[in-house]
Amino acid sequence: MATTVDAPTAENRPAGAQRDLEEQRRAPLKTGEDPQNTLAASLKDAAAAALLAGVLGFFFLALRTEIAPGGLDVSARWGLWLASIAVVFAGRLLLNLFVFKTRRPVTQLFAGRGAGLGARLPWLGKAVGAALFLFAMILPFFITTVFPAQQRQYIDLAILIMTYVMLGWGLNIVVGLAGLLDLGYVAFYAVGAYAFALLSTHFEVIGFWTALPLAGMLAAFWGVILGFPVLRLRGDYLAIVTLAFGEMIRIVLLNWYDFTGGPNGISGIPKPTLFGLEFTRGEDGVAAFLGIEYSTIHRFIYLYYIIFILAIVTNFVTMRLRRLPVGRAWEALREDEIACRSLGINTTNTKLTAFAIGAMFGGFAGSFFATRQGFISPESFTFLESAIILAIVVLGGLGSQIGVVIASVVMIGGIEMLRNIGFLSDIFGPDFDPVKYRMLIFGLAMVGIMIWKPRGLISTREPTIALKERKRIGADYVAQGEGH
Amino acid sequence: MNPSPATAAGPQTGPATRWDDDPVLTVEHLTMRFGGLVAVGDLSFNVGHGDITALIGPNGAGKTTVFNCVTGFYKPTEGRIVMRHGPGRQQQAVDAVTASGLRYKAANDGAVFLLERMPDYEITKSAKVARTFQNIRLFGGMTVLENLLVAQHNPLMIASGFTFGGIIGLPAYARAQGEAVDRAVYWMEHVNLLDRADDPAGDLPYGAQRRLEIARAMCTRPELLCLDEPAAGLNPRESAELNQLLQFIRSEGTSVLLIEHDMGVVMEISDHIIVLDYGIKISDGDPSFVKSDPKVIAAYLGVDDEAEIDVPEVRAEVAAVIHEAGSGAQAAGPTRPEGGRT
Repeated sequence: MATTVDAPTAENRPAGAQRDLEEQRRAPLKTGEDPQNTLAASLKDAAAAALLAGVLGFFFLALRTEIAPGGLDVSARWGLWLASIAVVFAGRLLLNLFVFKTRRPVTQLFAGRGAGLGARLPWLGKAVGAALFLFAMILPFFITTVFPAQQRQYIDLAILIMTYVMLGWGLNIVVGLAGLLDLGYVAFYAVGAYAFALLSTHFEVIGFWTALPLAGMLAAFWGVILGFPVLRLRGDYLAIVTLAFGEMIRIVLLNWYDFTGGPNGISGIPKPTLFGLEFTRGEDGVAAFLGIEYSTIHRFIYLYYIIFILAIVTNFVTMRLRRLPVGRAWEALREDEIACRSLGINTTNTKLTAFAIGAMFGGFAGSFFATRQGFISPESFTFLESAIILAIVVLGGLGSQIGVVIASVVMIGGIEMLRNIGFLSDIFGPDFDPVKYRMLIFGLAMVGIMIWKPRGLISTREPTIALKERKRIGADYVAQGEGH
Repeated sequence: MNPSPATAAGPQTGPATRWDDDPVLTVEHLTMRFGGLVAVGDLSFNVGHGDITALIGPNGAGKTTVFNCVTGFYKPTEGRIVMRHGPGRQQQAVDAVTASGLRYKAANDGAVFLLERMPDYEITKSAKVARTFQNIRLFGGMTVLENLLVAQHNPLMIASGFTFGGIIGLPAYARAQGEAVDRAVYWMEHVNLLDRADDPAGDLPYGAQRRLEIARAMCTRPELLCLDEPAAGLNPRESAELNQLLQFIRSEGTSVLLIEHDMGVVMEISDHIIVLDYGIKISDGDPSFVKSDPKVIAAYLGVDDEAEIDVPEVRAEVAAVIHEAGSGAQAAGPTRPEGGRT
């Protein structure tokens, strides 16, 4: 049979002319103008943009009204207005000359160099992953030796980033692998946090390590509870209902005063212990037991390692699950649900497991959050948190583990670092506060990434099994699932 | 409902045929209504064990609706769909299951499944009916090998201890996955896709995607394979290869039910042909019987331009057919527009 059917083989894959044609179709439109025309056209276009900026900016930038005794006082800021026109003119001209109206756009140069990188250096992803892992392992000691003055602040930031890495990895199971858009992921984070807080404040015997699995199980249970009615829905409707569920959990926490303390939250949540030893100055503390000098930083280093291990467990389990039938069924579900059903896969159960496992990791992260803060209130679990976690997953590239890490470092670390930019106030004067602009800068960065990397930073998919050679699969072939 | 389908299925063929004696699938009085539209009206037929059975008919005849009812994607309005494992009609078991309200009954020498009571995934999982789609539905972002492993989800799920054993790395799962890969390789060899095993399914040319979809359905180890227009869009050489592939599948012990417009494929490989028009069966028999059936000719070639038919016997037969089909359609439900089609 195999010999008689001499069907298409490797020769038939789009190669040579066909591949070039396909790439050409995707390439940006090039205008075939000669250089002199290009300059003239660029100047004209830049002048038009400058004019537009002048008209638009006249009332917003040039004129300024202030309340003065006896009415309004109009003052003019011609310098600012002219400067903004000049900036727009110069920016547009440069863009025209180097990107829009040139035969060889600079962006294409970058894209050309970056695109083939993964294919040419297949070990690169693994090498970067291993390097990041090793760096994360020694990070607290790196910080205490290099930045001893700001060690507390930086370790705190590292803990925060690692929490979001874990949340991103948890949500990646639901959104990236199973393709179910979940806008209410923070609900499971809240369930985990409140589960630990309530258990530990009501029952003396329950500490962090006993509460952790309980909180994870409770969150998974809530994932199933939410999943049952919701998973009949598809696409946008699923997203809306998960969004509503997230808000419902928060509002219940806010209003069920007797149980959750309402807006006052829950305080006095115990700190995690190391085999029963507490991080205190006294005789029975960890420092005394180990015979080292007590320092408050020890507890933060310990917290860092807890979340680090939790995150690594999340990653390890996710990578394992991808290679198991349930993980393959998740990805198949993202690709085509009807085909899944035709192959005997119970899609409801498959979706429920994705929801439950994603929720479980959210619950673990939640109980860590509670023990780190020592205090929780519904304010910490707003929709913005869900949005940030989802943005991390989407920016990193759906289904990509390393992408989530990069996106969390950039998004969470980036926002925090913007708080500390001092040199900008030297340029813009002492009144300039970069914190006010950080969301703007952050938004611009997101728009930029969505233009140049619309499928996220790491958009290719790694096959879960290979017969001969493991080839990464381009984003064009990979479906994004429901609600994208 | 008529409990003795032998009389309902294939009244034209006279004496009981092979597919009536030993059917793998029996469709009895199947009716599917969408609002006021009757897509399939009181349809009964048998699919013989080890046969290649073709379901043909003009566009809109209700063939895909029948498929969707058999594979559980639609719940039929009325009727019974019986799937059998093992030889013979197993009439006692069928009657027992129907009366009991259960979905299936398994014995040592066979099993009986009432497909109209089962959800779609269960039909593939337990009743072992696999299907392909008219518009190819592959997992485009997964490799060819991954596509074939997803098809073996249920046995692998058990081998992985419902995921728990797989996470802690039980050797039983690694062994089961090795066997699953072997099975995938076996089918990749037979559809000539072995050297593209690690390429994304979405990257394959059209004909290869069709073959992969058949291979993927076969990886579920079906007793009955339902193919919805497998030759659509294939060139003559690829159609010939498809014929060989289907004959190979039959030799592997899987019965085949296919919808097809390519009469070259249908007439060459089918053991049994059922012709539908406007949701009712107009002919049922072996290829030579169906080919010469005037009702089939009328349905396919149209009958309104009677002047072109200049053989008096044929003209008389066609007139009889129109009369019969008209009265039959009124009785069964489907409304037939005035005149025929060309």
